Amino acid sequence: MTPRTAIQIAAGVRAGTLKAADVLEEHLARIDARETDVHAFNLVMTDQARAAAAAIDAAVAAGNDPGPLAGVPVALKDNMCTHGIPTTCSSKMLQGWKPPYDATAVTRLAAAGAVAVGKTNLDEFAMGSSTENSAFGPTRNPHDLSRVPGGSSGGSAAAVAAGFASVSLGSDTGGSIRQPAALCGVVGVKPTYGYVSRYGLVAFASSLDQIGPFTNTVEDSALLLDVIGGHDILDSTSIPAPQPSLRDAIKQDVTGLRVGRITDLPEGADPDVAERLEAAFDALRAAGATIVDVQVPAFSYGLTAYYLIAPAEASSNLARYDGVRYGLRVDAADTNAMYGATRVAGFGEEVQRRIMLGTYALSAGYYDAYYGKALKVRRLIADDFDRAYQHADVLLTPTSPTVAFPFGAKSDNPFAMYLCDVYTIPTNLAGHPAMSVPFGTGAEGLPVGVQILAGTLGEPQMFRAAAALERAMGVSK
Amino acid sequence: MVYKAGAATGDEILVDGWELIVGLEVHVELATATKLFSASANRFGDEPNTNIDPVTLGLPGALPVLNRHAVELAMRIGLALNCTIQPSTFHRKNYFYPDMPKAYQISQYDQPINIDGFLALPGGKKIGIERAHLEEDTGKSTHLGGTGGRIHGSDYSLIDFNRAGVPLVEIVSRPDIRTSEEARQYVTELRSILVAIGASDAKMEEGSMRCDANVSVHKPGMPYGTRCEIKNVNSIRSLGRAIDYEMRRQIDMNEAGETVRQETRHWNENDGRTHTLRSKEDADDYRYFLEPDLVPLDPSPEWIQAVRDAMPMLPGARRARLAASTGVAADAEAVMVVVERGQDDYVLEVAAAGGDVSRALIHVKEGFADEGPTPTVPAADLAGLTRLEIGGQLTATQAKTVLAEIVANGGGDAAAIAGAKGFEAMDTSALEAMVDQVIADNAAVWSKYCSGEDKAMGALVGAAMKASQGKADGKLVTALLQAKRTS
Repeated sequence: MTPRTAIQIAAGVRAGTLKAADVLEEHLARIDARETDVHAFNLVMTDQARAAAAAIDAAVAAGNDPGPLAGVPVALKDNMCTHGIPTTCSSKMLQGWKPPYDATAVTRLAAAGAVAVGKTNLDEFAMGSSTENSAFGPTRNPHDLSRVPGGSSGGSAAAVAAGFASVSLGSDTGGSIRQPAALCGVVGVKPTYGYVSRYGLVAFASSLDQIGPFTNTVEDSALLLDVIGGHDILDSTSIPAPQPSLRDAIKQDVTGLRVGRITDLPEGADPDVAERLEAAFDALRAAGATIVDVQVPAFSYGLTAYYLIAPAEASSNLARYDGVRYGLRVDAADTNAMYGATRVAGFGEEVQRRIMLGTYALSAGYYDAYYGKALKVRRLIADDFDRAYQHADVLLTPTSPTVAFPFGAKSDNPFAMYLCDVYTIPTNLAGHPAMSVPFGTGAEGLPVGVQILAGTLGEPQMFRAAAALERAMGVSK
Repeated sequence: MVYKAGAATGDEILVDGWELIVGLEVHVELATATKLFSASANRFGDEPNTNIDPVTLGLPGALPVLNRHAVELAMRIGLALNCTIQPSTFHRKNYFYPDMPKAYQISQYDQPINIDGFLALPGGKKIGIERAHLEEDTGKSTHLGGTGGRIHGSDYSLIDFNRAGVPLVEIVSRPDIRTSEEARQYVTELRSILVAIGASDAKMEEGSMRCDANVSVHKPGMPYGTRCEIKNVNSIRSLGRAIDYEMRRQIDMNEAGETVRQETRHWNENDGRTHTLRSKEDADDYRYFLEPDLVPLDPSPEWIQAVRDAMPMLPGARRARLAASTGVAADAEAVMVVVERGQDDYVLEVAAAGGDVSRALIHVKEGFADEGPTPTVPAADLAGLTRLEIGGQLTATQAKTVLAEIVANGGGDAAAIAGAKGFEAMDTSALEAMVDQVIADNAAVWSKYCSGEDKAMGALVGAAMKASQGKADGKLVTALLQAKRTS
């Protein structure tokens, strides 16, 4: 069997000791065996992937270096544009649409030699925490097929956990990378806002959306961010300054690193999750870090602020889907009726709920009380975090309050579902980086993730802490 | 009740005791090579839907990137209008319309790039500028079938996205305009400035300059009345007509005890009236919020200074310069026309070449209408012509004939042309004899003139010019006639 990590695969392919084609076929074989059960993908790009792998092998044979991700099978969340390949956002609305361009992150992966194996399932337009909101049916957790993989990037998390791809990309607006990473037992990173270009990422909430990796190891995530990160002229909000290599950063241990415990963190984590968090503090202390207490008083307001800001932006971002220029069209008596019929048929219940919520929050007469106030809370959260980071380099929290839950457990109660992201949302509002690292198991032997948070561009310290937790768990490379 | 668009009110401020209050919102398309947020060409008249790209079409995942040249042109406009350039932001103005593919327009809202300036009319009055901000244009809808090219009742519509995303600057005046004539002067002057600084070709007929008028009336000393916004004004002439019509409509409503409602009204060029388009209650709720896909715009002082240093001389300064050289008023027609054509440098060149600057101004205004800013006639040739006039060797009429030939040939020696045509000034005694003959031949007109009817003078001078076959100097003829009346 070929290795599973991107580092090992790329090293083998570049050295000529491993064929990209063989690596790919092993992954395709696992997809054949289990995809019917897991349903990680909206589309498996078998032919394109075989052609790409063959090209990588040919390049190596010709003495060329295909790049740092040579032959690494990667899965792409299906809200990232792929040139000529359907991009659906797991919505009926984008039926038949093939983007005329690639997302920047997709372009950079391909340029580094990665092989795209497919487009992964998600909650429609990335709105959800279980992938149950997909118009094409849910993804199942590879660890227990009766349970959700988390969401919204559930397909990307499951693809890596099931060995369908070595690594994958997701997008995180309120926890959509970190929460499924925790529930599927893989590493998931939401970088600093602007670290990775959003060009070609179909927008949900533009001021919060950020692309990031799912991987089996911390070092693989560092490698992926080193490849896809950095300024992009096509995204004005991408950070102009070059970023230091995260693969270099994790060579340093955590001696002297200040790890913060948020003493006023909202309660609600299950005991098995809370226990793993304590174990993580212990592990970092044992590895040489210092544990400090900090307060982030506005943390608990994150959820409510988020559910005004994100829907407000979504109501604007999703207003363009009218059935005229691309995607679904439901014919009706006249043009106005066609718009309405198309949007009713094209958008699922949760998407419609958020469009309504966001439109209301921005409306004249309600703006100050809702959207305006949410922006103030957002500022408060960022300020509170900044104060905390004067005393700590990174903070540790649970990623998700619970392990993976059974299908249907929360799907009839939107607020219960929203609470899945109580620990992840404040990071997005602040624009900070955070990542989830698998740290043992909880109830039913299901994976538990620990979340590491850092200040703006604090990725190097965050990755040092993540690597230390990984070493403590004895993850082999 | 039928209202007729009235004549310009000129400098008369009160109409039936009411004062007109007008503020103008002028949209200009910037003369950039590419669009405000994408690399597609910004070009009028191309095949529909050829200058498009994922950003223009608002395709999922596409992101806007601000055009640096558009920012520079916006700053030029701000500087030309005496504005303060400040750090600014972009907002989304959310509304659904088929020619706006994102379903929102990116526009500057509470922090525009240019604020607090003024535009000086040629006569000197300053019209305040509240703001001049950047925004993107929409696509263009064409409604076919039905009547009148309006969406209602049409069979189908075609949309051209070439215009979508074209950079605009919206220039919002303060309500400082008091007559339709001032409104026309404001737009005319603004247009001259925009062309002079290279910010826009500012063609109302092509839609690269569009003007909406906020019109209200009030009694002096009372608060301003409820305003109506007039749209669909497609020429400077229509602007004056629309404002006059709307003023009359509002005055008549007020005097009839009716209430003017705040609404948007549509100017109809054919019937010369404004019609309700939508009332305030129907106005869209634009749900503005900060555009998260763009970062704040904060031009460095060095950048602003570089833009300032590159500014050309503005029309007002050019008129003042020409007025100072010629002794003519800065808002005299000849000065206005010659500066508008950009021929003022040429007039000053003629003067520098030893010509008479006042005669040169008149000749350039009258004879160079078809020429650009740099006429083909060498400045020295025109200078020669004016010297002959001043020296009394050519009458004004003769000079005009000689000039026509010089212009037709793209240059020439005035003295030689005058000689070839046999032009010579009449000596005084011959002139006086001819004038006596004219008086004798036109006895009835002469007696009218003598009884104080000054208008009769024109007929007598005309007869003298005819009798002399244009060789007589009109000024001398006039002087002789005046002398003979009083003697």
